[in-house]
Amino acid sequence: MTVFVIRRLLQAALVVLIMSLLVFGGVFLVGDPVEMLVADDADQAEREMMIKSMGLDLPFYLQYLRFIGNALQGDMGNSFVFQESAMHLIAERMPATFELAFAALFIAVVLGIPLGIYAGLNANSWISKTIMTSSILGFSLPTFWVGIMMILFFAVIMGWLPSSGRGDTVNVFGIPISLLTLDGLSHMLLPAVNLALFKLSMVIRLARAGTREVVHQDYIKFARAKGLSDTRIIGVHLFKNIMIPVVTVLGLEFGGLVAFSVVTETVFAWPGMGKLLIDSINFLDRPVIVAYLMFVVVLFVCINLIVDVLYSVLDPRVRLQEMKS
Amino acid sequence: MSDQATLEVRNLQTHFFTKAGVVKAVDDVSFSVGKGKILGLVGESGSGKTVTGFSILGLVDEPGRVVGGEILYRGENLVGASQERMRQLRGNNIAMIFQDPMMTLNPVLRIDTQMIEAIKAHQKVSDDEARQRCRDALGQVGIPAPEERLKSYPHQFSGGMRQRVAIAIALLNKPELIVADEPTTALDVTIQGQILYEVQKLCAETGTAMIWITHDLSVVAGLADEVAVMYAGRVVESGEVDGVLDAPQHPYTAGLIGSVPSRNARGKRLQQIPGMTPSLLNLPVGCAFKTRCSYSTPVCEAAPVLSEVAGGRQVRCHHPLATEAV
Ligand SMILES: Nc1ncnc2c1ncn2[C@@H]1O[C@H](COP(=O)(O)OP(=O)(O)OP(=O)(O)O)[C@@H](O)[C@H]1O
Ligand code: SF4
Ligand SMILES: [Mg+2]
Repeated sequence: MTVFVIRRLLQAALVVLIMSLLVFGGVFLVGDPVEMLVADDADQAEREMMIKSMGLDLPFYLQYLRFIGNALQGDMGNSFVFQESAMHLIAERMPATFELAFAALFIAVVLGIPLGIYAGLNANSWISKTIMTSSILGFSLPTFWVGIMMILFFAVIMGWLPSSGRGDTVNVFGIPISLLTLDGLSHMLLPAVNLALFKLSMVIRLARAGTREVVHQDYIKFARAKGLSDTRIIGVHLFKNIMIPVVTVLGLEFGGLVAFSVVTETVFAWPGMGKLLIDSINFLDRPVIVAYLMFVVVLFVCINLIVDVLYSVLDPRVRLQEMKS
Repeated sequence: MSDQATLEVRNLQTHFFTKAGVVKAVDDVSFSVGKGKILGLVGESGSGKTVTGFSILGLVDEPGRVVGGEILYRGENLVGASQERMRQLRGNNIAMIFQDPMMTLNPVLRIDTQMIEAIKAHQKVSDDEARQRCRDALGQVGIPAPEERLKSYPHQFSGGMRQRVAIAIALLNKPELIVADEPTTALDVTIQGQILYEVQKLCAETGTAMIWITHDLSVVAGLADEVAVMYAGRVVESGEVDGVLDAPQHPYTAGLIGSVPSRNARGKRLQQIPGMTPSLLNLPVGCAFKTRCSYSTPVCEAAPVLSEVAGGRQVRCHHPLATEAV
């Protein structure tokens, strides 16, 4: 088991290293930030000064090594625009994004699993067909368009919900949280639903597919032969089995949720990391872009590790195999 | 009948309405089992034994349906009984042991969870008492160190062990009727013998009636009181086990017995029933066994009915064999 964990950790480190090269190289290729940063009236000497101070005159590999060296010490560089640590900027915006992502995940699970189970158990009812058709829409409609339509309807036409921003927040251990105030909740509802739609569709499909497979298993029939109630059969025997794929995929997708919140945050002007990224791209604020992308990479890698562990908790058969290895 | 049978099945019909047509998996099955008696239900693969068992417990799934007949459990007709009534009976009064031990236990739940829930679905008992009953049941089917085993997951058991757990679950609530679908096929001979002995003892002691589904005529010979032979969804012959096995009157039963390796016919070539099992979608008109029967005559174009020949013996044949040993 320990060997297994160590091997996983080494793999993870390698992935992060390779990704850092790709991210840094990619951003290096995209445009020259100097044009954006020096004042229009700056002379050549000032320009040179600027380039030197940022280390932009060095060849690529030296810049990369310097970046890695600093990164290992937890320094991702300072934002060109804000003159502030990029890590700090991201950390500041992180709670807003995570809060949104968790809310979306919550919506996807709490609605998706019952709907999926229902559709799996009653495949031929018109309600199930409606659920499945809607889930196809959830998959295929672009998030930004749905977001705009939601704003148009709920905020502009009906005036029920605010269209942008985070609303009132409450500090919990110094972290601002919107979920705890009514105003914050009302601000969060639209973006959270918007971000959730895609995952919701996915959870519905996974839960339905799992249900349809599991209901025909002998152990479900045997559970019925024991005289268990439908509630217990569905809530325990079926549920526990379909949760294995759902948890795996959802866990893996949580990183995606954070990454994809870029679109939702932009549409709803949600002050999270995604919006920071878009702003930074507009300003070619390299350190922030790199720091954000690296953050997402590390997030994905950590999530993968956690999901592996969770998976073995859920499925006793996996636990045994790992023990052996 | 002075003494009411625990279970009496009358003219049961269970059909599957598939896209390819109506599969008459069970089409006119009748038998009865009395208190403390064991009925052997034999027939080749696909003859409808399992479907008959599921019909009794009300576990036939779409596209299948019980379309005719009666299933009388202590006089109460279970065909058309409410879902809730069936739930109350299942596992409590009527238990079933499934054919495939590898698939009957839920892979993600511990054995104790799966056993205790079977008790608590029917009775309000304390956890401790339920646990004790689980331990007892596991001990009864010969599982060593029951307390430890209760905390295991199904994948930690071999196929034979799982089947014993399934049998233990069936015994938990001391049902009045157990439908056992080839429960010992996966077990080795010693264990099989041990379980058969336990089962026989249990039936005799507690008055549990049992339907023992099997291919194996030698098991039936040693275990059952009565036997019903199925062919293509129908009972073709039934009666006292010794009578039927010693002097079969239906050509199919005779063929089945002839194809079993037996002690007293050593050296004699085994006989085989010629031909193939007909497809249930496309049964021959008249007697379903016609195409494989060496006794068939033009009369067999008309379907024979199950009729009593003598002393409780029933045969579905126009030309029952003479009552001498074959
Ligand atoms: N869900 C279903 N849909 C269509 N046909 C079915 C279904 N379930 C069973 N059948 C049909 O019913 C017939 C009887 O099946 P059953 O399982 O009762 O046979 P069996 O006597 O138990 O055989 P075995 O000894 O192999 O277990 C089979 O020919 C099968 O084709
Ligand atoms: S009815 Fe005719 S065909 Fe059918 S088993 Fe009897 S003799 Fe054979
Ligand atoms: Mg069967």
